[in-house]
Amino acid sequence: MNMQLQVRKITLLLFVLCVSILPQVSWAQADDTTSLEELYWARQDSARAKFSQADVDFMSGMIGHHAQALVMSGFAPKNGASASVQILAARIINAQNDEINTMQRWLRDRGQTVTEVEIQGNTLIIHGGGHHAMHMPGMLTQDEMKELELARGVGFDRLFLMYMIKHHMGAVTMVRDLLAIDGAVTGDDTYKIATDIHVDQVTEIARMEQMLAQLPDAN
Amino acid sequence: MQLGRVLVAVLLIAAAPLVSAQDRPSQEMVMDDPRIGLGAGLFDAEEAIWNLRKVANERPSESFVGVTNSDLAFKDNYVIQGNYNGIMVWDITDPASPSLEVEYVCPASQSDVSVYENLLFVSGEGFGGRLDCGTEGIEERVSAHRLRGIRIFDITDIKNPVYVHNVQTCRGSHTHSVLKDPKDDENVYIYVSGSAPVRPAEELPGCSAMSPDEDPESALFRIEVIKVPLADPTQAAIVSSPRIFEDLAEPPQHGPTQAERQELAEAKARGAFVVTLFGREILLPDRYVEPIIAEYFEAEEIEEPTADDTTAFREALPGMLAERFGPPPADDEVEQRGPDQCHDITLYPEIGLAGGACEGYGLLLDISDPANPIRIDAVADSNFSYWHSATFNNDGSKILFTDEWGGGGQPKCRESDPMEWGANAYFTIDRDLKMNFKSYFKLPVPQTNEENCVAHNGSLIPIPGRDIFVQAWYQGGISVTDWTDPSNVVEIAYHDRGPVSPERMQMGGSWSVYWYNGLIVSSEIARGLDIFELVPSDHLTENEIAASKTVRLDYLNAQGQPTYEWPPSFALARAYLDQLERGQGLSGEQIEVLRQGLDEAEGMSGDAMIMRLMDLLDEIEDAATASDGADHLKLKKLGSSILHKLGQ
Repeated sequence: MNMQLQVRKITLLLFVLCVSILPQVSWAQADDTTSLEELYWARQDSARAKFSQADVDFMSGMIGHHAQALVMSGFAPKNGASASVQILAARIINAQNDEINTMQRWLRDRGQTVTEVEIQGNTLIIHGGGHHAMHMPGMLTQDEMKELELARGVGFDRLFLMYMIKHHMGAVTMVRDLLAIDGAVTGDDTYKIATDIHVDQVTEIARMEQMLAQLPDAN
Repeated sequence: MQLGRVLVAVLLIAAAPLVSAQDRPSQEMVMDDPRIGLGAGLFDAEEAIWNLRKVANERPSESFVGVTNSDLAFKDNYVIQGNYNGIMVWDITDPASPSLEVEYVCPASQSDVSVYENLLFVSGEGFGGRLDCGTEGIEERVSAHRLRGIRIFDITDIKNPVYVHNVQTCRGSHTHSVLKDPKDDENVYIYVSGSAPVRPAEELPGCSAMSPDEDPESALFRIEVIKVPLADPTQAAIVSSPRIFEDLAEPPQHGPTQAERQELAEAKARGAFVVTLFGREILLPDRYVEPIIAEYFEAEEIEEPTADDTTAFREALPGMLAERFGPPPADDEVEQRGPDQCHDITLYPEIGLAGGACEGYGLLLDISDPANPIRIDAVADSNFSYWHSATFNNDGSKILFTDEWGGGGQPKCRESDPMEWGANAYFTIDRDLKMNFKSYFKLPVPQTNEENCVAHNGSLIPIPGRDIFVQAWYQGGISVTDWTDPSNVVEIAYHDRGPVSPERMQMGGSWSVYWYNGLIVSSEIARGLDIFELVPSDHLTENEIAASKTVRLDYLNAQGQPTYEWPPSFALARAYLDQLERGQGLSGEQIEVLRQGLDEAEGMSGDAMIMRLMDLLDEIEDAATASDGADHLKLKKLGSSILHKLGQ
């Protein structure tokens, strides 16, 4: 086992002991790099201890929500999307994959069930938390996913943009709902994840609305 | 049968295969570089450094270690470093050994900091910031104790900051920029940026998250301007909420890069299909043209197309495409609300302009009336995810924007991440104040999955006659680039560490790095404060570095960009000579004569020095008459502005 991990486990243990005894933790004098480093990792651990059930539900739900965006975006290269929609889809895949990793790490760090996603062809399977994924705001129904899968060319572009705008708006709603809950989003990590998703998707919605407006009329 | 015809037609029309211009990166990733494979560690990571010298690395203090270090501001010999737990003040009188003078615990994210005279401004956006600076955070969604906005400190005694006032805003303050209007000595203005959701009206009366159509007082789609009376900062208050985004509908395109322009020219030369759509030249990919060709020849009942047929097809193509795409949408069909907020605004009061990095747009603003900024131009770019910050060059003829794709907490410099994403974009600003895209630049070496990395904050280094930028890339390290030619940006120095942890992505790296009075100071998110100095190299001479050190600032907020001015000095004259030598603007012999003359003059005094300098001035004016372009300007600067003044 590597040294760093060991140090972290010990400091976490110390931290838990301290917290259980004292209301405010006072840290031992860090007289060298090792103890300063221990303090660093202990702070990481104590920061992670600040979370609520609402935060956990948000993370596990959003992993499933993001996963559907991956499936939707995966259609773009095969379905004759325009170059600009392909760029957009590629960036959604890159961004939301990384965010899924971040949210999974967030859950793992806090000892929570980690939502795993599996994409088999065009089918999305969600394990662990987030069982009610289909009922989250902005999620596409099976029929809508099928419709998108079958669309081609400009028709695909239009449907993709419409559905992705709706999907993003759902994610924005999920963030806003989370932020309205007492006791939620008290940790810096949690705040960063939630607000990064918020601003990223608000920005992308504006871009997609512009792209949609520029598509030729349907006929 | 049909496929055969298509192939014949394609072969006839375009001998070379067609590619989409967007597929080709304009900048190559470097795969052989000392920054690759550096060992991990919080305080003992391996490091790579090139053309820089590390002067100091001060680890965080116990009060702040393990909590994110953020932005920097500078005043006299002090560096003010923001941290999510409060603010620190470092004395850098001895840069090799900075001393921590103040540890002011007052949590808020992101604790973006700025100074003006005796005032310090600190941003608060996160939910845990308290009016009483308490560390316990706030659980309730509506609370009378919460601070989201700007904290104001009196730093008349910088070692004892006094919290004097705050201004609450509806969306808090992610970042802010301080504007000192050259025409107004009684106030400073703070432009507040941040895209966080709007707080409830129960907490801050008047805050509304409805769309501006439903509620004209909506906190969305506007920025806040705070006016701070210097005589009494406790009277600081929001003075306007300009809706600088209104009627903004710049389409999300990207301008052609140098490589794309070249590709388009080559494509045209070989007869490929280049069409103008929505005001932009596009190289049509073959998979797109093939069915149109097939359709056309089918309709014309042509079995074996001749050269004349293909010419006719070419002529018919624009019409066919217009039919397919329809006319561009009329402006009123698009909902023209533009971005919702800015991430950061860089104010450059001496030229009366600001660069706004605002979600999906880069804006150019006229700030001659500080409370009422006016948008004068806007750019969007389909490669840019999130416009984050802006920096002008010193004379205001160019601007660069950064794209903080992924928000800074993600590893966006991996080998698999495109070089146009999470990069800088460079624009010239023409006489009509329109921005023209030139190129992208991204940290050229791949980083690992364990390193958050994307374009972030930086500042100009005052190398005379050149545009040199030092920039933070989080765990990608810091990178110094030359963007004198905005179409060809070149890296000239760097410093990088291995990841904080070998096994997981931990937030770390340089949040921001700025030049201040000869030093390059970096706020390391996890590792504290780093100080560097430039060392001479092929890219930068000793004289150029010496000339940069003649520029002195009393204070610096990088988002309130100062004009750099170089006092006349022998170092400055020699720096220009070095540049003329590098650019071969003068012959080796001329350079040698002038260098010798400068050495002699410097060793003289009184009339003898003046006479020697006047001789040199004559030689330079002769050379200037015989030259043109950039060399001519450089010689003029060297001659009239430096030697003349030195001789006075």
